[in-house]
Amino acid sequence: MLDSIFTFFARHLPYGSAGFAAFSALVKSAALILGFIMLLAGVLTWMERRQSAMMQDRLGPNRANIGRFKAWGLLHFVADAVKMIFKEDFVPPQANKLLFALAPMLALAPVLIATAIIPFGAPLCYGRMTEVLAPGACAMPIELQAARLDAGLLFYFALASLAIYGTALAGWASRNKWALMGGMRASSQMMSYEVTMGMAVMAMFVIYGTLEPGAMVNAQGDWPGQWGIVGVPQVIAFVLFLTAAIAENKRTPFDIPEGESEIVGYFVEYSGMRFGMFYLGEFIEIITSSAIMITVFFGGWRFPGAGHLAASLPNWLFVGASVVVWSLKVFLFCAFQLLIRWTLPRMRPDQLLRLGWQRLLPISIANVVLAAGWILLRR
Amino acid sequence: MATTVKTVARPAGLRRKLYLIAIIEGMWVTFRHLMKNWIGNLFGQRQKTDIATLSYPEEKKAYPERSRGLHRLMKREDGEVRCVACMMCPTVCPAHCITIVPEEAPSGSIEKRPRIFEIDELRCVVCGLCVEACPCDAIRMDTGIHAPPTLRRADAILDKEALLARGEKSIATQGGVGPFWREKVKA
Repeated sequence: MLDSIFTFFARHLPYGSAGFAAFSALVKSAALILGFIMLLAGVLTWMERRQSAMMQDRLGPNRANIGRFKAWGLLHFVADAVKMIFKEDFVPPQANKLLFALAPMLALAPVLIATAIIPFGAPLCYGRMTEVLAPGACAMPIELQAARLDAGLLFYFALASLAIYGTALAGWASRNKWALMGGMRASSQMMSYEVTMGMAVMAMFVIYGTLEPGAMVNAQGDWPGQWGIVGVPQVIAFVLFLTAAIAENKRTPFDIPEGESEIVGYFVEYSGMRFGMFYLGEFIEIITSSAIMITVFFGGWRFPGAGHLAASLPNWLFVGASVVVWSLKVFLFCAFQLLIRWTLPRMRPDQLLRLGWQRLLPISIANVVLAAGWILLRR
Repeated sequence: MATTVKTVARPAGLRRKLYLIAIIEGMWVTFRHLMKNWIGNLFGQRQKTDIATLSYPEEKKAYPERSRGLHRLMKREDGEVRCVACMMCPTVCPAHCITIVPEEAPSGSIEKRPRIFEIDELRCVVCGLCVEACPCDAIRMDTGIHAPPTLRRADAILDKEALLARGEKSIATQGGVGPFWREKVKA
């Protein structure tokens, strides 16, 4: 059985062919999204409530269980999903039915597609997975990255911009004043902060000399001292990118488009799983932005001692270890973003735009110049 | 009255304007709470955390010693009910929730006893006057439990057996046995 599969692959999808590339990209993407991102996004919906409770001296959701299996209430996200699926799917009578149905998909799809460029582990060696490999001995590596694009992070920015359509259309199609205001706020906010986001990473483009996330990870070393964050312009770029990413994800202190206490937001008319898609999309955006930050600033899957481990472990074990380390890093960054979200109060729209255009954007442009100077000095 | 505008001074200085330091300070505070509560909760050291929440059915707060709960009827040394059917408690009860039908006690120094002793816990206002009125320490409300929810109203009426089931021997002596209290004071 297994042999026939291998011979099928060897005959029809040889390494390096277009078919092989497409097939492996599909498998990698499915594994990453179904095996990690969807799961973590579900856990994050619970973790956000539980972590915020712990930060505020409360207990938080800790009840959901299947028989005796409780796991501190972790199953709440399963219960939430079941609830959302069985809830009434209400469409306002005055709403534009087509756009109303399209908006959640447009909000969720881009953030899922953007995960394609994230390198989530060390390269697997095709055909020699069980061997202990010397550095550089692998002739046919399979990069654990669904799409290796030269445009790299620009692809991520392009898709992040596409997510605006989901929010703006949701606001407009609901035919609800509050939803419309939320959609307008979301589009103005996301457009403002995308500029800063791009300029913040521009400094890193200058330093790395590439836009490709995989190449960025390869340019960094195993030890934290060799990661992308080390250096003055790098730290500034990180702070700017983090701020812009939070604004891009529409989370506190920049959750003006969905301010619960004033306008509820662009998804005020959504219920059931359609709301769930917006909700899930928000958490996937957190994961994606965390993954991008790790890739650019914190060494991707690299960890101290990875070089020694790679030379002493079978290839598949080492790759597994690197994927676990990458997952842990992403998880820690998500927890960090939740910590920020539950510490800071919401800003006013005018404060938000002033911060974006008058403070962060000039600093980010100056930081590109600083990064260029930094390279000249270090040469 | 004319509207007055109060101008609030904005924080001056680069340190305040930068926000970053204040943000990190704030995050340190929330992080400290998170770690303390999370680690305490993880290792079952809830009392060491700042969390005041009790998960009610599993964790219960002990009521004060004198809180009034479900009634019970106390017993004499021989296990018989202490109540002598003096009708003090149904008389004093503002909610008229106590029903006593007396009968003649078979023998001994005690002449009466209740044939029927019923308390309608749905009518009871938990005022505790019956306990104060009782001259024989026969009725008490010190069980520390609530009236349980019932499916039928009739189930909320506790009869003598149900009231005695929680009862125990009272340390007070009954029927004028033992030294008179003035003798006790002299001694």
